[in-house]
Amino acid sequence: MNADTSILSRRTGALGQLSDTFWRKPKILLFLMLTPPLLWLGVIYLGSLFALLLQSFFSIDDFSGLINYDFTLDTYRQLLIPSNFDIILRTVVMAALVTLASAAIAFPIAYYAARYARGKWKVIFYLGVMLPLWSSYLVKVYAWKLILAKEGILTWIFAKLHLTWLLDAWLSLPVIGGSSLSISYTGTFIVFIYVWMPFMILPIQAALERVPGNLIEASADLGGNPAQTFRHVLFPLALPGIIAGSIFTFSLTLGDYIIPQIIGSSRLFIGQAVYAQQGTAGNIPLAAAFSVVPIVIMGLYLWMAKRQGAFDAL
Amino acid sequence: MRSDKNTSAPLGLKVAAGAGLLFLHLPILLIFLYAFTTEEKSYQFPPPGYTLKWFAAAWNRPDVWDALGLSVRVASISTAVALVLGTLCAAAVSRTRFFGREAVSLLVILPIALPGIITGIALRSAFSFVDIPFSFWTIVLGHATFCVVVVYNNAVARFRRISGSLVEASMDLGADGFQTFRYVILPNIGTALLAGGMLAFALSFDEVIVTTFTAGQQSTLPIWMLEELVRPRQRPVTNVVAMVVVLVTFLPILAAYYLTRDGDQVAGSGK
Repeated sequence: MNADTSILSRRTGALGQLSDTFWRKPKILLFLMLTPPLLWLGVIYLGSLFALLLQSFFSIDDFSGLINYDFTLDTYRQLLIPSNFDIILRTVVMAALVTLASAAIAFPIAYYAARYARGKWKVIFYLGVMLPLWSSYLVKVYAWKLILAKEGILTWIFAKLHLTWLLDAWLSLPVIGGSSLSISYTGTFIVFIYVWMPFMILPIQAALERVPGNLIEASADLGGNPAQTFRHVLFPLALPGIIAGSIFTFSLTLGDYIIPQIIGSSRLFIGQAVYAQQGTAGNIPLAAAFSVVPIVIMGLYLWMAKRQGAFDAL
Repeated sequence: MRSDKNTSAPLGLKVAAGAGLLFLHLPILLIFLYAFTTEEKSYQFPPPGYTLKWFAAAWNRPDVWDALGLSVRVASISTAVALVLGTLCAAAVSRTRFFGREAVSLLVILPIALPGIITGIALRSAFSFVDIPFSFWTIVLGHATFCVVVVYNNAVARFRRISGSLVEASMDLGADGFQTFRYVILPNIGTALLAGGMLAFALSFDEVIVTTFTAGQQSTLPIWMLEELVRPRQRPVTNVVAMVVVLVTFLPILAAYYLTRDGDQVAGSGK
């Protein structure tokens, strides 16, 4: 546009001219706004990620312990040997179970908060979810170490209720048992749920808040009992929210290496395997190949979630 | 229109929801009890006695203070970086449509969508690849990466609610782009940024998974706690530190809530 034909005169001064330039050519402004974040995330973060992925195609020389920079799929083949494959399987099963249990515990909280809580109670529910969600991860794990310890509060409660035999019977079960709750899969499972479940509540609540109340009433009017209403009305409408929440619980459980290290049996999870391979073992290619597993699983998961419309519920 | 708003919840639902909330809060409360226990060697319950002496013991520990200081400095710088990057990204994504817009929002979310250990090991191998020694700045680099998303989410939500006509009105009245930003946009997104910044601070202050890979020998407060968890040496001091950490992280979360709860009444949103 020519200055003579415009209503306002050209701005003077460097800033004014710059402002005019941005107005006439918004692409320049867009470019300037996007460059710093994209440099940071695109170059530093994605660059590191690709460098890591690249290393998974290298292998380690068994004798010298040095990295052999020839392209190979051998490292990926190592993931399939039983001891490594067990780690992957164990982690995925744990993540799936934690996700299902989290959904079951989170749903009533989210449903109550979305449909019945009003005024003061709405705030209490919201903060009641946000505070544990944001409070320190390590403190939460630590709290459970106190609870699950052999001399801790849970053993004490079982003893007071004269149910020590029940706890002992549970601990003597194969696989899920152990010499105490803090070194068993049961303990790991509980702590995983405790730490990641809050991430499930808010997406479900967001999805449920969009369900009109009269839909539930219509279902009841048409003769549906509460179970049928849940099965055929509420659940399908909440599903995108559940899937959105499960992205967090699943992904976070998949990559966690601290919880199973502190509370659990000595059998490894993927995160611990990555940590051990890159640290003490010094086998970066295998660590990289291990870390590709959650990336691939989460990629598939996100793709599936997107098809289910889960991102609209976030 | 709902026929009757005052239907009360079925008893089963009330119990399940209440039990769920209790499950989330009781373990944290237990931390408070243990901070006062006289027992040093185990996690015995109920505590055999109560004392205040561990608070003094924790206060006089230089390693705790050093770790706390490092955590606060890292969190401050990371939050500052995340505020700039997150706001720029949110403004670009929400004000204009461009090729690759979806990819940009995916890129921002990626650092928290992928497990933290992957971010950690990726950064670590990148540092060793280009020979960057571990330092204060390597920790900040990792933290800022995943803090961006928190600021971004808060800012994007607010940008969406600001009516475009506000900006046009400002321009029509003769303000240039910078004046519009300073007097129209900034006051409207200010509380969202403050809330995002506080959450980013809390996130960074608490982060341990990425930090273990980018800190080298340095010890932030979470790393100090992790060491105590793996090899307990000072159980009573750890109890006290855990309690203080809970109290300290509650403040920014509460503040962030009060800053954003009125976000629906942004000027110009009534249009």
